[in-house]
Amino acid sequence: MSGIARRKLITAGLTATAGAAGLAAAARLARRYGLIPPDGGGIYGPGETLTYAAQRILNRHSMAREFPRSAISAKPFANEAGPLNQEFKRLQNGGFVEWRLVVDGMVARPGSFSLAQLKTFPRASQVTMVQCEEGWSYVAEWIGTPLAHVLDAVGMLPQARYVVYRSIQPDVWESIDMADALQPQTFVTYGMNGAELPVGFGGPLRLRVPRQLGYKSVKYITGLTVTDDLKRFGKGLGSAAPEGGYAWYAGI
Amino acid sequence: MLCFLALLVTGIEILISHPRLYWGETGNVLTAPILSFPIPSSRDTVPSGYGYVLPDQNGWSRYLHFQTAWALIIIGMVYAMYLFGAGHLRKSLLPARADLSWRALLSVAANHLRLERPSAAEASSYNVLQRLTYLIVISILFPLIVWTGLAMAPGFVSAFPWAVGWLGGQQSARTIHFFITVSLVLFLLVHVAMICLAGFRTRMRAMITGRIDRSMEES
Repeated sequence: MSGIARRKLITAGLTATAGAAGLAAAARLARRYGLIPPDGGGIYGPGETLTYAAQRILNRHSMAREFPRSAISAKPFANEAGPLNQEFKRLQNGGFVEWRLVVDGMVARPGSFSLAQLKTFPRASQVTMVQCEEGWSYVAEWIGTPLAHVLDAVGMLPQARYVVYRSIQPDVWESIDMADALQPQTFVTYGMNGAELPVGFGGPLRLRVPRQLGYKSVKYITGLTVTDDLKRFGKGLGSAAPEGGYAWYAGI
Repeated sequence: MLCFLALLVTGIEILISHPRLYWGETGNVLTAPILSFPIPSSRDTVPSGYGYVLPDQNGWSRYLHFQTAWALIIIGMVYAMYLFGAGHLRKSLLPARADLSWRALLSVAANHLRLERPSAAEASSYNVLQRLTYLIVISILFPLIVWTGLAMAPGFVSAFPWAVGWLGGQQSARTIHFFITVSLVLFLLVHVAMICLAGFRTRMRAMITGRIDRSMEES
């Protein structure tokens, strides 16, 4: 073996070792700081992990863009949301007075809240954009209470890491990390554009997550579960979206 | 090349789920588009005029689009380091001042249009038109396509709202992203056509090994 070839081999070997060690260290750091998304395995795992980690480093405390009231879309688009079941229609016929939001999991005082009870929490509003993964969008005023207040009321335990939320529609469920769950614009939403939240837009109750795409803002929510491990839910990928082939983190 | 094709195909798949472009902040099927493609859509909420809906390919398309974008950004950073580090920028890409007169530009353009074979001196280097085109691609189109892509991400613009504000809104960013893609596709088509005209085998060999085989060039 010539001297040059040996030197090249040694350099390549050292570079590869340093690269592998660097990657391993990066992976350990990412895991420690919770920068690996629940769907971070598989062939698209590296891209998802890079996106989620990069955004969480840049935007942990950032605010979704808010617009002046004049920017509210005259023609918001409700999108379609599967057929509503018998249970929904029964509650709708009763004026939603029996609608409950059940909160359980890693909380000191599990409980359930009616719409009237939720409306006694501090009321807030925001004019933000709903952006669909398909490419369309609209701006609306959303009225509700920050999710953080609800989590406070049930005494969320300090080791909690994610909030799982479910729709009354079967198999529709999502989850967010604490950076989004405690973000002040993440609302348990019951009003839109100065009125009650219309059924087409998720009424009577929708979780708005304005720093992520529309599919994370689940309509008709009936339950929240606070957890430190998403593996126990569904197929363990974090939410229904990755089970259907879509990314769990939708801040893009 | 592989990255570009992956991004192009997945980008088209994503566009098919809403084949309408808007200007400003917002746009949806209830508002007027500035451009509507006469193609069927993969969503039944889009009034495409066709009686059928294409299968939804957005899940894997989005995963692959963003993963490839990361790969391209990493490759782009390595390329940028090489450009500046090895003096490649000055040597091969920045046009010489003398070449920038209209006369010189026109003469090179005329040679191109007459499909003349490059002279021996030209064959081993880039001429002024090539240099200008490559410079526009790497210093304007490439950064712009990354920027407009990021400007569509709600999580990204929450940290950097100016990234979308300067473009005139989120739907404007989407529309610009589309038209830069069109320019890049045009660049690629012309680029590949030129390679074919100049002799596909010798050019590919030259690109990969960095050497030009004179005897091959002549034959």
